[in-house]
Amino acid sequence: MEQKRKIRVLAAKPGLDGHDRGIKVVATALMEAGMEVIYTGIRQTPQQIVEAAIQEDVDVIGLSILSGAHDYHFPKVMELLKEKGVEDVVVIGGGIIPEEDIPKLKECGIKEIFGPGTSTREIIRFIEENVKRRD
Amino acid sequence: MPHYERAELEQALDKWEASVRKSLSKSPERKQEFINTSNVPVKRLYTPLDIEDLPYLEEIGFPGEYPFTRGIQPTMYRGRFWTMRQYAGFGTAEESNKRYHYLLQQGQTGLSVAFDLPTQIGFDSDHEMAIGEVGKVGVAIDSLRDMEILFDGIPLGEVSTSMTINAPASVLLAMYMAVAEKQGVPFKDLRGTIQNDILKEYTSRGTYIFPPGPSMRIVTDIFQFCSKELPQWNTISISGYHIREAGSTAVQEVAFTLANGIAYVEAAIRAGLDVDEFAPRLSFFFNSHLDFFEEIAKFRAVRRLWAKIMKERFHAKNPRSMMVRFHTQTAGCTLTAQQPYNNIIRVAFQALAAVLGGTQSLHTNSMDEALCLPSEEAVQIALRTQQLIAYETNVCDTVDPLGGSYYIESLTEEIVKRAEDYIKRIDEMGGAVKAIEKGFIQREIQDSAYKYQKEIEEGARTVVGVNRFKVEERLNTRILRVDPKVREVQIKRLRELKGQRNNQEVERSLKRLRETAEGEENLMPTIYEAVKSYATLGEICGVLREVFGEYQPTVTIGR
Repeated sequence: MEQKRKIRVLAAKPGLDGHDRGIKVVATALMEAGMEVIYTGIRQTPQQIVEAAIQEDVDVIGLSILSGAHDYHFPKVMELLKEKGVEDVVVIGGGIIPEEDIPKLKECGIKEIFGPGTSTREIIRFIEENVKRRD
Repeated sequence: MPHYERAELEQALDKWEASVRKSLSKSPERKQEFINTSNVPVKRLYTPLDIEDLPYLEEIGFPGEYPFTRGIQPTMYRGRFWTMRQYAGFGTAEESNKRYHYLLQQGQTGLSVAFDLPTQIGFDSDHEMAIGEVGKVGVAIDSLRDMEILFDGIPLGEVSTSMTINAPASVLLAMYMAVAEKQGVPFKDLRGTIQNDILKEYTSRGTYIFPPGPSMRIVTDIFQFCSKELPQWNTISISGYHIREAGSTAVQEVAFTLANGIAYVEAAIRAGLDVDEFAPRLSFFFNSHLDFFEEIAKFRAVRRLWAKIMKERFHAKNPRSMMVRFHTQTAGCTLTAQQPYNNIIRVAFQALAAVLGGTQSLHTNSMDEALCLPSEEAVQIALRTQQLIAYETNVCDTVDPLGGSYYIESLTEEIVKRAEDYIKRIDEMGGAVKAIEKGFIQREIQDSAYKYQKEIEEGARTVVGVNRFKVEERLNTRILRVDPKVREVQIKRLRELKGQRNNQEVERSLKRLRETAEGEENLMPTIYEAVKSYATLGEICGVLREVFGEYQPTVTIGR
């Protein structure tokens, strides 16, 4: 019997902000939920993130920013993914992101934004429901 | 003073416990076990028996005297309140300058400068890595020209200024000195602090540039330079704040901060400095979190522990070398986006704990910080919270009012002991730098952060408005936003600067800087010269990057 492939997630910190408590907590929770997580570390450019996502053949990219630079970095990641023809990766985001910014981020293809106070279970559920299994 | 026989007291306590246990079947307690964030079990009741092994004169003593458990000044707030210092800065130097004038008019007593991330990482605003970040979490400073605007109309001989700057602290300090020189203020009159605590950047805050070796050299060069030129300047703010924000427990905050402190003192001694020459200018920065008594005990424990380390390990003679002078900020990580007005109350409790713990200065967070940059109204409420504690509650009328509480004293000692255990483990690894390179400190912090989150999700820890007492609400309607044009403004100014300054002089000063960095002389004088020639922050840090290389972080999670 063929074993189901684990969901692969790239946890990424674009921009210069070093607040990685949240992304590390989420990464740990996803691993405990049976997913495979690759964490990029902080200070990644959108180019580095997209390359890592392709190289690691991930199903999900989780972006986290707390500095307010999401308005540049999130759309940039989406733009580069499109350029590279990557369309089946679920991209989600988190951090300090004002509610009024969310529609614009979703428009450019971010599937969901998780703000402060989100339970990791909610994120796990969302990923499980939105990733098309590639067995 | 009544004298009980120990046996008599023990017997009476046993009897009381027995009768309580009997009533528990009818009216049980809320939990089987009460445990604080540092895993210390909290007992139902504390009595003289809990502190009988604690000799008063040796371990607690008097304020202003070794081991400073009760405070570093003899009269504490009866003499003068703490410095009310709100961390602020955003956008351009002009906008931040306006905010500083506003805060000073509102009765704030010291300035605290927030720099944007490119500045903190040594990139000019026109650098590719700066896109999206210019002016966002603080003010953008590219050259001395920006610094002159930032402090326009602010007399540097009269205010004290704290600057949250680490890897490029030497450069920003040099810019501050250059502004002072233009104002005609002698260096010896300058008062303030640079954070300059690179070790916690590797574990918790992330704005490192260079590897530990050269970074520690820059730190000790600053210690040495300031001991001669800026005698009133705090050359470092050894910070537990960010360690705690990254998720550590109270005990870990104490232990990792002091382990870093030990590493700085050792580095400076190795560089040939006498301990009493630089140690009186070391300062500290701690978090004030939610567990009220644990936090108060933590501040007291830090003072006792550091005093002993300085005296016993480093043989300091000057009592000022043994004193923990510290700034406190309330815990940003405890603020919620949900029901943001509740944050006002959280901050008030945390601020009160900091005051009861004997802080020298305080930043109170604004209620909207889980959403965005603080609005002017939110900052005013935060500052008023401190003024209420100072002027209306009378908690400042006696020194260390909770000293002598069986609980507080026992908890203080418990935190001392547990932090000492950690410091011993770090010593055995070869010190803080080695422990960081191994990823030990990072792992300890992230494990605690995960445990804390799990407790919230499992309901073992209540966050009002988040996992209990929720309401339907729309989050953040009015928010302060940084104009995205800031980057363009900065780039234009950089271009003008490079056209107007004496570029040959800049070249010469950068060449001298490179030579100094490659050699062993103190870096500060050449950095000062470079700054005055209007070399930019990015140019100066660029030279140092080429000579020193860049730090490669230890990966501690995933694969």
